[in-house]
Amino acid sequence: MSTPVLELSGISKTFGAVRALSDVDFHVGEGEVVALLGDNGAGKSTLVKVISGAHPADSGGVITWDGKPVSISSPADAQRLGIATIYQDLALCDNLDIVGNLFLGNEKLHFPGTLDEVEMESRAMDLLDSLSVRIPSLRVPVASLSGGQRQIIAIARSLLGQPRVVMLDEPTAALGVAQTAQVLDLIERLRDQGLGVLLISHNMADVRAVADRAVVLRLGRNAGNFPIAETSYEEIVAAITGAADNPVSRRSERTGTSALATEDK
Amino acid sequence: MTQQTPVSKAPAPGGAEPAGPRRDPRLLATVASPKGWLEAFKRNVRGGELGAMPVILGLILIAVVFQSANDRFLSPQNLSNLSVQIAAIGLMTTGVIMVLLLGEIDLSIGSVAGLSAAVLAVLAVKQGLPEPAAIAAALGMGLLVGLLHGFVFAKLGVPAFVVTLAGLLGWQGLHLYLMGADGTINTSPNGAIALLTQTFFVPFMGWAIAGLALALYVVSVAVVERRRRQAGLPYKPPVEILFRAVLLALPILGGVWVLNQYKGVPLAFLIFVGFVVVLDLVLRKTRYGRMVYAVGGNAEAARRAGINVDWIRISVFGIASTLAALGGIILTSRNFAASVSTGGGEELMMAIAAAVIGGTSLFGGRGNAYSALLGGLVLGAIASGLLLLQMSTSVRFMITAAVLLIAVILDAASRRGRKTHARGGA
Repeated sequence: MSTPVLELSGISKTFGAVRALSDVDFHVGEGEVVALLGDNGAGKSTLVKVISGAHPADSGGVITWDGKPVSISSPADAQRLGIATIYQDLALCDNLDIVGNLFLGNEKLHFPGTLDEVEMESRAMDLLDSLSVRIPSLRVPVASLSGGQRQIIAIARSLLGQPRVVMLDEPTAALGVAQTAQVLDLIERLRDQGLGVLLISHNMADVRAVADRAVVLRLGRNAGNFPIAETSYEEIVAAITGAADNPVSRRSERTGTSALATEDK
Repeated sequence: MTQQTPVSKAPAPGGAEPAGPRRDPRLLATVASPKGWLEAFKRNVRGGELGAMPVILGLILIAVVFQSANDRFLSPQNLSNLSVQIAAIGLMTTGVIMVLLLGEIDLSIGSVAGLSAAVLAVLAVKQGLPEPAAIAAALGMGLLVGLLHGFVFAKLGVPAFVVTLAGLLGWQGLHLYLMGADGTINTSPNGAIALLTQTFFVPFMGWAIAGLALALYVVSVAVVERRRRQAGLPYKPPVEILFRAVLLALPILGGVWVLNQYKGVPLAFLIFVGFVVVLDLVLRKTRYGRMVYAVGGNAEAARRAGINVDWIRISVFGIASTLAALGGIILTSRNFAASVSTGGGEELMMAIAAAVIGGTSLFGGRGNAYSALLGGLVLGAIASGLLLLQMSTSVRFMITAAVLLIAVILDAASRRGRKTHARGGA
């Protein structure tokens, strides 16, 4: 791997007396899907907020972008660099149509300062085509879309800013099987287009399906960095829970089979 | 946006052939013929996309009922009076619609209208200010009041209901205080204020304005559809544009013709319709309008998209109160006087009822400026018809209540329709 697009090293973040992150290292490269794993309270969301500029990191750490040190102290900084964040609650306006949502806050205008709907609809079609997303009409309110389609629209919207790193917070939580597959397809397409993807998920099946690498946090510290292809489910769980002795591996030893009976491969 | 034509209505030229390579094959094509339009229309009705249809049917029903009870109802004189009568409350409705689109409510518009009438009369009559200056001052006062409401609501976080409830009381108090002991201040019967409702355009002007508006509509729609066609997007063929233009021309030209039978198109009505059209264009065609709908639909999403939500809220309350003040000025003009009761009666209730009857949702994000015109016409027609039948206000209130309920029930039913037909139930 060449120079990572985004690299963080020695990042710490304290909230009052709580040290949410201490000395965390993280990097993501072009065309790479990195899963960020950890138990509740491990610091995943804090790390995402540090990267997205919502909570600037404490001094001491170094963030580099394309090898150059940068500082991210506000969401605008992160956007300017080319980092897009898609939060769990999708932040779409149900009453607006797909085109309206895609371009919300970033509308294309033409001569007398009016909305250029033709241009916006064309570009929306191009964008969705490039992601192989098929939605019959771009002029229906997003309230009428399925959960997976809504997630896809939310992701597509973040791509209009031509980001190089996309962070997805639990993109498949609350989605059905088919919709999850749609979103995973989309994540693979983002990777194929050369974007770095940071994926937070509790769903190990999803992680194993699309991620190239898994970064595990535990109690605010790095607890492992595993290439997915060469790592077993048990190793990752052990890193997440902080012990080789955990219910999953115990059960695996007892039954003598892979603990991941539900694994999708 | 809800008022945008669904793409499914954009037909392929010549019927079965797809309009272009980018057209999704799952979209039902509408054949560009009366039969095709009827099919699309039926589809929309089943899907709960009723649009303005229930209100227009209601208006026709009202016209038929009152005309058969009293044949003066549809006389040019009565319709001309009606058009002037609805202007004041209609302007207030237009402002309320902006606030309703945000999902908020403005209870103070009646009091602001009264305050504006008082400011106008005091400045013009007691202080001897030139009438146009007094009008400008009253409007400016309305803007300031609205910005204050918006500031307290958006920046200090007081619910809009409470802010404007305080406004309802407070501005009425100031109104009474300004009016002093007299109770009524008569304005000049031939100044600029009176001219607002006493001006009627000669027939030629009425036709010219209507013709210009129609021509602008056809040209702008044709230009947009041509661009859509060149961009490979679903578009409406010229036949359909023409069909729509004819549908639009019927009420406009018919209205001008009827009004010309009496004194001509009244200035007050033109001001009202003008504000409705301008506001509609602002809401549908500008970034500001898109922001208003976005804030009404999901304020958090709007904030994350970089929209200054506070500023949108403050400005919308400013617009609402300015339009309420304009309504108060028109009320003064029609009565040749401002009194302690101006704006203090049914105006608030009627303005909100008109917005809802016209099809604007109370929950934000859904509705359009034309609700003010349609809802205002319904309420005005009921009032005017019952007056002709010499019924008292009591009957009018009860009938208005029934119409309001029917409108809301229809809205709820159509929302269910939209949900089951996957068009969004918001």
